[in-house]
Amino acid sequence: MAYSDKVIQHYEQPRNVGSLDKNDESVGTGIVGAPACGDVMKLQIRVEDGVITDAKFKTYGCGSAIASSSLVTEWVKGMSVEQAMKIQNSQIAEELSLPPVKIHCSVLAEDAIKAAILDYQQKQGKPAVSAAE
Amino acid sequence: MTVKTPIYLDYAATCPVDPVVVDAMIPYFSEIFGNAASRTHVFGWKAEEAVEAARAEIAATIGADAKEVSLTSGATESNNLAIKGVAEFLAEKGRHIITAVTEHKAVLDTCKHLERHGYSVTYLPVSADGLVTLEQIEAAMRPETILVSLMFANNETGVIQPCLVDGSLGALCHRRGVLLHTDAVQAFGKVPIDVEAMGIDLLSVSAHKIYGPKGVGALYVRRRRPRVRIAPQMHGGGHERGNRSGTLNVPGIVGFGVAAKLARESMAAESARILTLREHLRTRLCEAIPHSFLNGSLAHRLPGTLNISFAYVEGESLLMGLKDIAVSSGSACTSASLEPSYVLKAMGLDDELAHSSLRITIGRPTTLEEVDYLADRIEEQVSRLREMSPLWEMVQDGIDLSTIQWTPH
Repeated sequence: MAYSDKVIQHYEQPRNVGSLDKNDESVGTGIVGAPACGDVMKLQIRVEDGVITDAKFKTYGCGSAIASSSLVTEWVKGMSVEQAMKIQNSQIAEELSLPPVKIHCSVLAEDAIKAAILDYQQKQGKPAVSAAE
Repeated sequence: MTVKTPIYLDYAATCPVDPVVVDAMIPYFSEIFGNAASRTHVFGWKAEEAVEAARAEIAATIGADAKEVSLTSGATESNNLAIKGVAEFLAEKGRHIITAVTEHKAVLDTCKHLERHGYSVTYLPVSADGLVTLEQIEAAMRPETILVSLMFANNETGVIQPCLVDGSLGALCHRRGVLLHTDAVQAFGKVPIDVEAMGIDLLSVSAHKIYGPKGVGALYVRRRRPRVRIAPQMHGGGHERGNRSGTLNVPGIVGFGVAAKLARESMAAESARILTLREHLRTRLCEAIPHSFLNGSLAHRLPGTLNISFAYVEGESLLMGLKDIAVSSGSACTSASLEPSYVLKAMGLDDELAHSSLRITIGRPTTLEEVDYLADRIEEQVSRLREMSPLWEMVQDGIDLSTIQWTPH
């Protein structure tokens, strides 16, 4: 299967690989997927005054999964929590030109950012902001 | 020394056609183009002569008589013909077949088809090494068992079944009046096969795995002690002693014959050379890279095949990092099912390790430089991808991954 240029670019030069301190009050961590399914994403955000100022990821998975998480960390930096909550997997799939068999990678990236936001909100003791359905 | 890329290390999938084979085939397209079944003129006789010479070479490679070799379109057809052919011919005698869970899909799906038509099939499990024992097979035998189908060497792992090699399975089957079929696609031309000593009744082979053309294969069908009869699955002009109708692919068969001859004559020297390269590669990968595991028995293995899991790195992403090298992965993330290799799972590998596997197969053109280049790239990519892997990070932090509540999707 041929990968799109954008997937290859993110795979070869992933943005924001790494970890933030998960015990930090301003950091939200989302871990989604399962090793048995062949992909696990860990996505972390740092939130300051309602704005995501930093994002890091680590992904075990195929090139499309790595690219999806790399792309999302790029996108969310500078976004408000509310904006980030509205990221849809279809936007990720479109940006990376993912073929149908790789759509689940973009779903996982969407789940990862939502999970990270939820974790952050729970740390703040705030009710979860639900995604705009 | 620099190597020429891309590097091909997927010889279990297919091989380039040997130039000697191509040269031998060429006259049979436009010069000696006759139909091997034309008995009334010299064009047909010449074609038939070439086909018979090729048949003799294929037979000689497995210790058989040329009359026992039926030519087909490839090993998938040979497996279908052997299993369905025996099942149909012996339907009155019994309707039970024994095979193993790690067989090629051409065997498994044929068995599943027969199950839908009133046959019962026992799919034997394998050990962690990928082996099936004689005792397991004997225990599965019933009065109505007509056929055991066990592959000679596995396509994903290269594991060879010792009970086939030492003749004990053949002896058991003959004693019990059960026929023995083996899918020998991966082993043919690479390790010695003797249908007499091994007591094999039916054996499937393919040309393109031994540097012959694609689209040609053969099925060995024993003619004496016992005389094996099969019901044809392709009806028509009664070619191939009635086993398989259809005009013969003369150029392809000629190529198959030459490829078989070359494989047989160079087998001892080539296997030794390839084994040396494989062991060099295995040592570099399994010993230099932590948390890497050889899948399948080391002792019972084809000389050129390795299947290795690199824990905490997903196979497809590793393949992507080896972009100028052609190897294959046990991870099926490309398919919609997301199911990793059923062969590795049957050997008890957990899904994560099955997703993390690579199959590397060394062939006749492979050099030490190519093998070293592959080992360098794998080392580099495994460490890069582990730096990116949340699983690797957790393991470094002393977290036991099996205790984590994952969210399968």
